[in-house]
Amino acid sequence: MSELPRKNLLHISRKRWVKEDKRFVSGTGNYVQDQAPVGCKHVALLPSPYPRARILSIDTAVAEALDGVHAVLTGEELARHTEPIIQGLNLPNVICYPLALGMTRYAGEWVAAVAADSVHIAEDALELIEVEYEPLPAILDPELAMAADGPLVHPEHGSNVLFQGKFTWGPVAEDFTSADQQLSFRARWGRSATVPIETFGVLASWHEGTETLNIWASIQMPKYAELTATALRIPLDNIRVFNDVDVGGAYGVKRGIKHTVLSGYLSRKLGAPVRLIEDRMVNLASGDAHGPDRIFDTEIAFTNEGIIKSLKIRALDDAGAYPGRGPFQLAKPISAITGPYRINSVHYEAISITSNKCGQVPVRGFGQAPTNYMIETAVDKVAAALGLDRFEVRRRNLICKDEFPYMIPSGTEYDSGDYHTVLNKVLDISNYDTLLKRRKWLRSQGMLAGIGVATCLEPSGGNTMFEYLMNPSAEITTFMESCQVRIDSHGRITGIIGNSSSGQGHETMVATILGEEMERAPEDIRIIHADSRAGFPTVAPVASRMAIMLGGAAAGAARKLKDRIMQIAGHNLGRPVADVEYEGGAVYDRTDPARKLTWQDICFIAHNQGHKMPDGLEPGLQTYHVIKVPNSGKLPDAQNRVQLYPCFAFQAHIPLVQVDPGTGKVTILEYYIGHDCGTVINPNIVRGMVIGGVAQGIGAALYEKFAYNPDGQFISGTLADYVMPSVFEVPYVEDVEHCTPSPLTSHGQKGTGEGGYLGAPAAIASAVNDALAPRGFSIHELPMRMADIEELLNGGENT
Amino acid sequence: MKAAPFEYLLADSIDGVIAELANSGDNAMIIAGGQSLVPMMAMRLARPALLIDVNNIQDLQGIDDGADGIRIKACTRQSEALASPIIKKRQPLLAKALPYVGHAQTRNRGTVGGSIALGDPAAEIPLVATALDARVTLQKKDGTREVPIDSFYDGPMMTTRAADECLSAIHIPQWQEEGRLGTGFQEVSQRHGDFAIVSAAAQILIGKDGVCRRAAVALGGASGFPLRIAATEAVLTGNPVDKKVVAAAADAVDNAIDPQNDLHASANYRRRVAKVLVERVIKEAALGAEEESP
Amino acid sequence: MTPRKITLTVNGKTRSSSAEPRLTLLDFLREHLSLTGTHVGCEHGICGACTVNYDSVPMRACLIYAVQANGHEVETVEGLCNADGTPGPVQEAFQEAHGLQCGYCTPGILISVTALLRATQNPSDKEIKEGIGGNICRCTGYAQIIDAVHLAAKTLKGTSA
Repeated sequence: MSELPRKNLLHISRKRWVKEDKRFVSGTGNYVQDQAPVGCKHVALLPSPYPRARILSIDTAVAEALDGVHAVLTGEELARHTEPIIQGLNLPNVICYPLALGMTRYAGEWVAAVAADSVHIAEDALELIEVEYEPLPAILDPELAMAADGPLVHPEHGSNVLFQGKFTWGPVAEDFTSADQQLSFRARWGRSATVPIETFGVLASWHEGTETLNIWASIQMPKYAELTATALRIPLDNIRVFNDVDVGGAYGVKRGIKHTVLSGYLSRKLGAPVRLIEDRMVNLASGDAHGPDRIFDTEIAFTNEGIIKSLKIRALDDAGAYPGRGPFQLAKPISAITGPYRINSVHYEAISITSNKCGQVPVRGFGQAPTNYMIETAVDKVAAALGLDRFEVRRRNLICKDEFPYMIPSGTEYDSGDYHTVLNKVLDISNYDTLLKRRKWLRSQGMLAGIGVATCLEPSGGNTMFEYLMNPSAEITTFMESCQVRIDSHGRITGIIGNSSSGQGHETMVATILGEEMERAPEDIRIIHADSRAGFPTVAPVASRMAIMLGGAAAGAARKLKDRIMQIAGHNLGRPVADVEYEGGAVYDRTDPARKLTWQDICFIAHNQGHKMPDGLEPGLQTYHVIKVPNSGKLPDAQNRVQLYPCFAFQAHIPLVQVDPGTGKVTILEYYIGHDCGTVINPNIVRGMVIGGVAQGIGAALYEKFAYNPDGQFISGTLADYVMPSVFEVPYVEDVEHCTPSPLTSHGQKGTGEGGYLGAPAAIASAVNDALAPRGFSIHELPMRMADIEELLNGGENT
Repeated sequence: MKAAPFEYLLADSIDGVIAELANSGDNAMIIAGGQSLVPMMAMRLARPALLIDVNNIQDLQGIDDGADGIRIKACTRQSEALASPIIKKRQPLLAKALPYVGHAQTRNRGTVGGSIALGDPAAEIPLVATALDARVTLQKKDGTREVPIDSFYDGPMMTTRAADECLSAIHIPQWQEEGRLGTGFQEVSQRHGDFAIVSAAAQILIGKDGVCRRAAVALGGASGFPLRIAATEAVLTGNPVDKKVVAAAADAVDNAIDPQNDLHASANYRRRVAKVLVERVIKEAALGAEEESP
Repeated sequence: MTPRKITLTVNGKTRSSSAEPRLTLLDFLREHLSLTGTHVGCEHGICGACTVNYDSVPMRACLIYAVQANGHEVETVEGLCNADGTPGPVQEAFQEAHGLQCGYCTPGILISVTALLRATQNPSDKEIKEGIGGNICRCTGYAQIIDAVHLAAKTLKGTSA
């Protein structure tokens, strides 16, 4: 239950149906693949069979002649007419086009595209394209890729290192020298992603008469229109992105720039709408949507009491052939590089490597989940080294509630928190003593059994300052959001937001906040998604930012409107604004409460009766508000210290797992999570995000891996190979809430969109290692698949 | 992922099917449940010029109970087999395995015959058929033959069915000997409902003297096709199923199998887990036999 | 290759169109009959987003060719709504429990759940898992889906004679 006094809130924190759910349960969502305009052409993509090869020739003549085919596109034509797609880092010699140009750099990379009357015909045509390749040795191992000699993925770049930076915050050397003990370990986060059930798709339709490229896409991407406009060499306002497209899950990965550039180009060329929907094989192999693929080498300095003084971290990440914004996933976690702990100093080396694999994309948490996994592994190792209880070590290191706001060594200040209380709450709902007994009983039955723990942060609110740490030419300190609100002449409130949604319930969240501010029923408030040309500043729903930023913008706009309403009412009641009271949308004279103006009165006056309006006030009732990221706007200082995200939600996970010693199979028997995201705007939405995140975290921990064989062939090509958890693999997660409001936001809300994904992999790893510990084994590589665990347990024996 | 073009024929009789197969040979494929075939066609790994649909043929539906065993017609849905009181009573090993076959939605369409005909080395129904000495009925224009299951599988998803033959039924014989029957079925898969990485099936008959009279033990996923482990059965037969015998029976697996590496597991994993599962299914079967009323 | 006339009953109404044999029932429903509520997730039978009730039992529409469905009965998520298009009782239970987020897997889940509740009035957690085990959801982590199914069972029981 929220700690914020209920009586102060009308609508926020109350259980409420999520508006969006109605269209989804009715099967009337508006997904991009539901749109098929007349004359639409459909795209199929020809994959490269080699991880690295020169393209010697492409013969498209036979394919072009097939009945129903309208275009067969190759990299050469596209490169003549479009700009390379901007990558996130400053990499002028890493060139990325939607179709391979001269060389293919990963197995599955798109070599040609066909536009035809149907996907069926387009795929028939793919089989008629003849490509001659010269296969070359591939770069598949990120550590080997760093070597000075050896093949280069992008020869003009001169090496396979896209970024290498070192950051030292605080007295690291002294802390290590003075520490009682040190230890070091390697942990590996395997290549996976929060793959959605809906693949990426885009419908592009060039309208020559208005010189507009209309785009409907399953998108969740900052600067989507900007990047597309730049690549297609057309003015930004020639692009209109429709944001009322329902996105079937994104969790970071729906970026689709190359798909959009390709489709946009084809649409202009053909004078027809062009639709590109990834099929599942393309989605997995070549959508450029693989997540972090990271090796952490970490050293910890700590006292005999288990107090962690300092961390030295080297994070080496394989960003694939076309890195996009992927590498920034090394820098964003700097916002919580010390986790929820009181750690004095940190040395952090971040290295981004290119390889002959599919490109990387931001995944839910933007690098925080792998980093939390590494930090929690460190804490568990300290506990093990000292023979201390893992919960006790955490208690000793967790920042206390009276220490907030708390500045971490890298310059980010955590806004608020009460970590110990949340930890106690989850221990409570887990019936921890009973959990211990269950573990004991399972072990007595011959099973391996373990309890895991993870306490970690969800940085929320967004702030792209981390880009500057990896690319100083990008001095970007703005990551704003806005909301427009209007009340029409019938008294209906409409909120207008500038981006798409993928299940987070933004319409409900904004309606709730507007309803709260205006004291009107959220059910009666309509929220619409404006297209990208409607003219107000927005970024995408990334970075766990919408409750904070969009919520804040909505609150700001509502407060402005309320002021206006008060002014109109005061003027018509003949009272100064200070003497009138707003209640439920009506305004009454405090000195004589029988005198009032109703909501309908005020709306009618505003829209129709200029003679009753105060001087200087605009007619109508509409406004918008743009907000800045709280606690933002500064560049890093000389030590690269800077405030990254503004708000920090907290979660504590406790799973109970069993491991079958004969087969290595892990079964999660029970799962408990305590979470604190400040003020909860909609309890069902928050619970959904938290538990949904846990399920994806289970996938990353135990099942999901984008695998390449030693020849560089992609071998996780279907959902039979890239396996995602079903209801059988996810226990019914029991959750408990706590509320430590943020002092920085409109109603104390923090972000929770990344949810349990940020801590579940760490918690499950903790549990599996607790299960393996009696046998003297540990595993520090994700995913921890059955075969890996069994190999660890039994592989050493002579069979 | 759209299939390559094909022509379609909805057959109304087995005769119709085999007449068409005689004409088209390699260019035609039969579609029953399609749960494995349609994905292969979507990926263009299978590209028949003609698809012969057998879902409408009554003679291919149903389960017959006979004194010497049961006969499952090829197009019987896996869901029907799962719900069948005949199978529950007469072939409990098959009843145990069926819940592991895919999911409810795939069992509603997938067929027993289709699974047998595909011969995936990790599939549950071929494994049980192998354990129980099933016989496969193959019909073609020139006539009908019955093939014992151990001559039916040739390699991973390779069978001795000719291109012009239609699999019309499988016969699973009943064990006629006196004694208490016990069955065991275990599999290891990534997730519930996935194809097994390794699977094991066992059926044993314990005599009044507590000695194993007859044993059938088979492994899936440990070789190119489901395999009876004769050496394991030999250890069990004629002995009480005690700890020592079970261990020896499991050890005998080693030399009989030829597991492969793949994305999901190494050959060594399969080898070790095969032994673990064999031990477990034997124990499960022994326990089951003990609990069965004499 | 040669387009065939396909006539089938969808959500109680007779529907007809012509399609080549390789068109799946899924694509046929979506493109020929404009019933876009059934979604495309993988086209190889794993994710369950395309689940429809076919002759009253839940199946993957991506694994049936439309020509095969000639003469058969199909129920899609649109058919679960009331006659006026408003959500039916199972759908409302999902709204109440927020057993969805992005909505993409939801139609398949609703069909599987509807079939489950028709066969089993008061399903246990185990039976619910068996019923939806073939439908993957990436958003919810399943807890609120399970809550929704229990709620739907209760609601349906309350309204049955």
